[in-house]
Amino acid sequence: MTLALATAHLHGPHIDWGSFMPILILGGGALIVLIIGLLGGPVAESIRARVTALVAIMAFAASIVIEINIFHHQTSIISGALRIDDLALILDMLFAVSGIAAVLLSLRSPAASTAGHGEYYALMLFSVMGMAVLVSAQNLVSLFLGFELLSIPLYILCASEYRREGSLESGLKYLVIGSVGSATLLYGLALVYGSTGSTQFAQIAAQIHSGHLAHGVYGDPMFLTGLGLVVVGFAFKASVAPFHQWTPDVYEGAPTPITAFMATATKAAALGVLIRFFDVAVISAHHKWAPALAAIATITIIVGNVGALSQTSLKRILGYSGVGQAGYMLAGVVVGTKLGVDATVLYLAFYLIMNMGAFAAIVANQNARSDGDDLAGIAGLGARNPWLAWPLTISMLALAGIPGTVGFIGKFQLIHALVNGGYTWLAIVLVLGSMISLGYYLRVIAAVWMRAETPSPGVGFASRFGFGTGVGAGSLSPIAGGSPEADGLGAGSLPPIAGGSPEADTPGAGAGAAAAGGQAVGAVASEHPASRATSPGYPEVTLVAVVFSAATIAFGVFPSPMFTLVAHAGRALGLH
Amino acid sequence: MTLTILIWLPLAAGLIGALLLPAQLARVAAVVGSLATVGIAISFVARFHSGRSGLQFVTDRVWISSLGIHYKLGLDGLNVLLILIATIVFAAGILYAAGQEWDNPRVFYLNFALAESAVLGAFCAQDLALFVVFFDLMLIPFYFLSGIWGGEDRIRATTKLVIYTLIGSFLMLVAAIATGVIASSEHHTPITFVISQLQGLPLSHTSQIWIFACFAVAFLVKMPLVPFHGWLPDGYKAMPIPAVAVFSGILSKVAAYGFLRIVLPLFPYASVHFQTLMLIIALVSVLWGTVVAMTTPDARLVVAYSSVAQLGFIVLGIFTLTPQGTQGALIQMANHALVTVPLFFVVAAAAMRAGGSEKLADMGGIAFRAPLLATLALIVTLATLAMPGSSNFVGEFNILLGLFDSKLPIALIAAGAGVTGAAAYALRLYIRAMHNRVGAKVTSFEIRRWEAVAIVPMVLLILVFAFYPQFALRRSQPSVDRTVAAAKTPSVRPGAAAASTSPPRKPGKVRFTATVVSK
Repeated sequence: MTLALATAHLHGPHIDWGSFMPILILGGGALIVLIIGLLGGPVAESIRARVTALVAIMAFAASIVIEINIFHHQTSIISGALRIDDLALILDMLFAVSGIAAVLLSLRSPAASTAGHGEYYALMLFSVMGMAVLVSAQNLVSLFLGFELLSIPLYILCASEYRREGSLESGLKYLVIGSVGSATLLYGLALVYGSTGSTQFAQIAAQIHSGHLAHGVYGDPMFLTGLGLVVVGFAFKASVAPFHQWTPDVYEGAPTPITAFMATATKAAALGVLIRFFDVAVISAHHKWAPALAAIATITIIVGNVGALSQTSLKRILGYSGVGQAGYMLAGVVVGTKLGVDATVLYLAFYLIMNMGAFAAIVANQNARSDGDDLAGIAGLGARNPWLAWPLTISMLALAGIPGTVGFIGKFQLIHALVNGGYTWLAIVLVLGSMISLGYYLRVIAAVWMRAETPSPGVGFASRFGFGTGVGAGSLSPIAGGSPEADGLGAGSLPPIAGGSPEADTPGAGAGAAAAGGQAVGAVASEHPASRATSPGYPEVTLVAVVFSAATIAFGVFPSPMFTLVAHAGRALGLH
Repeated sequence: MTLTILIWLPLAAGLIGALLLPAQLARVAAVVGSLATVGIAISFVARFHSGRSGLQFVTDRVWISSLGIHYKLGLDGLNVLLILIATIVFAAGILYAAGQEWDNPRVFYLNFALAESAVLGAFCAQDLALFVVFFDLMLIPFYFLSGIWGGEDRIRATTKLVIYTLIGSFLMLVAAIATGVIASSEHHTPITFVISQLQGLPLSHTSQIWIFACFAVAFLVKMPLVPFHGWLPDGYKAMPIPAVAVFSGILSKVAAYGFLRIVLPLFPYASVHFQTLMLIIALVSVLWGTVVAMTTPDARLVVAYSSVAQLGFIVLGIFTLTPQGTQGALIQMANHALVTVPLFFVVAAAAMRAGGSEKLADMGGIAFRAPLLATLALIVTLATLAMPGSSNFVGEFNILLGLFDSKLPIALIAAGAGVTGAAAYALRLYIRAMHNRVGAKVTSFEIRRWEAVAIVPMVLLILVFAFYPQFALRRSQPSVDRTVAAAKTPSVRPGAAAASTSPPRKPGKVRFTATVVSK
């Protein structure tokens, strides 16, 4: 009897399945991709690769379609744990677009084949699911849930090319530092809960507004400490100075498609949650936290831009540039007005577009030569391959803020929001950062167009992993029906996650993705007397580069659709 | 025939040449496009009504509605002649370039095309944000032109040029946005960047001061004037000749035009407040540019520093805040463009005949086997030093007349020294290159057809202008009066009061020099 009475009071949370669909699609898609990845034997490797990628793209596309459909309907789901409003939906669309681009870039990358295609794409989908949860979060618990769900797959993905020491190192570094950030965040969230007595953002905001905190906001040490620790936790994820140190190292070591994914989607998620937290939860204390956050933004802009000046690796340059850009966007959050939120979301969208073009060009260049990530590796790209040179040039010009590109429009709107909100000095700092940034963006453009090509020291990923059509050792590209391990059908041909073993004694182990990478290079390189490896330009990578650089110019000249879209974001938060 | 076609035709021709035509025909597309644009500009000048002071041929469409930015173009007395000069300068540059072979010609001519569209857009723009867009955009093609096809040490020089210029331009961006925001918030109107609307929304004095400073820095770096000229020697030396001719000819004028279009009408209090400082900066530039041009051993740098001096004169004329001074400045903008372009071509021609060296010490006696070239060079040189009878003389006379009326009559003495110095460096260049003993490395030959195609039309235009400067003065008079009046009206400074008590000079005074020549 008591049992029946007890269970009668058990109600699950109210779930609005319709609005929850975008997140569910991502999760469901991830599970499907995971299972497909485990199917079949080694012969089906190439088909597995393409099918999992296809399903992943379909999952992202389906989530975008649903998000467009449920636009304009703000709902709170799962008993107020998540809020699917226009801000969350816009950011979800950005994540999904970034995911699609990352899948296309990973299609024939060594990372996906090393780690196993199913696992790789499933982890990406789970990460985007975490991002969606994070930016919809309405209470501290779901915020942390989303935060971890987004981060943990990324730790693994960074290390997914585990045959390469740099990748493992970057994954480990990200794991350790990311965990420190998460722990700090959790501690801070706990203190905020302790001081305000509630985990819901709305209640926290009400508590601060009504002044029920012990001795007011300034006088409540528990709340302030919690707030500080929360800022630190978010700062780690958004690579805001001085917690940005991990960014260049992790970006450089990680497989480039994952770097592209992290640089765009993760930053969008981190800034999205900063907007939610600061412009919703603690907005009443704006005059207290705004100066501190403005100072952090200033330091970030300076540190990020100055740090990039001495780099020679493209991914490190983009890492530091990302730190600087995070500073610009943080300035938009600082203002605390509707215009500031609009400007930040607009810049996030443009930031995605600008960076993807550059990363796609880097991926393609790394497929062609082993120093593809270096400034020496892109020298003479203008003459060698205009299809990559122009997207890279347009991306660099856009990031610098040259008119005619989305970078200019984004900076214009940010400066507009800052001057409007009374932060003209921060606008001056923003353009100061832009001036400094010219030093390294122009260096990249100069390398592409104004320097002579340097001979390639080694073959690129494409050839080394046997995916090149012109490469000797008898392996055909998977599209042509061959498989990387032409004669090795044994245990060595399955990725270890699926049970294969790299040390298995298979005859063909030396030809393809074998542990003796150097041996393979030697074997392959001897077939080529010329210093340049003949590798195919992967069409899907070039497609990503061209589409995003075309978008960079198109939205730079006709930005009105983007303005209309992001206007919903600020309105959704009910700011002025 | 709208201004939109005028502005975007060069870029369209450049894109056709870059994407659709084979590499050998890229120059054809560029030449055809630039000549067609000259034709369209002539049609606009012909249809322009001289008596009116408002905007004509207006195109006004909303570009970004939430920011109040309009795609607004229009012609009035300030820019009608400048667009014609701009198209002529670009046509001359492209014709000169078409006579030579370049690597990757598609991208080469595309850069010129983009630059021309951006410059024309900057001249026609009637919206502050649109002006800033075109102003920043017109620099980028020169980064590529310099860096890919330039001389030695080109990458460092062009990076320095771009960063220097964009420092000023980014400050101008903040100032421009602040203008729109402050104007709309102080007058409680929706935000707008249209210049005609902003003129009705004056800013507070403190805002005007810092915003003026930012705009001034941006424009001064572009021209360049002392002390923002650090990029000049390396930058000018690194550019290929067609690019430096166009850069010196017309890009510097966009900056001077910016003062007239934006700074004087929108920030009148600050213009008067900073008048003395700007006059001093202009004067120092005149003197310093003249002195260095007189002593530098490199022929290209003589022309480069003479540009500094000439732009100093133009800014001097603008900041007299008188109609004569401004008219003089406008006509000098056109004159200097017409003169400096063939002068760079002459320097290049001389260098080609001196074993490739641009040092004056290596030149000499080139006129002996190239009399036609020497004659053309002489006409250009005499125009540079503002020989009475040339249009440059009319311009400088007007500027000095305006200076006499302004705050610093004593400046007249120093400016006069600048005029005399111009004769010194211009004649030095000519004599050292063309006359005197034949230089050791010199093998002179007569002017080639491809050089003549670019130089001769410009010389003819210089001569036409010399005989009929009224062509320019008549069209710009009403707009100049309006601009100067706007800069003088709301001030309460004693300096301005003194200026307004001097007897008003009728426009008829300006016609004095021109009626000597038959009309």
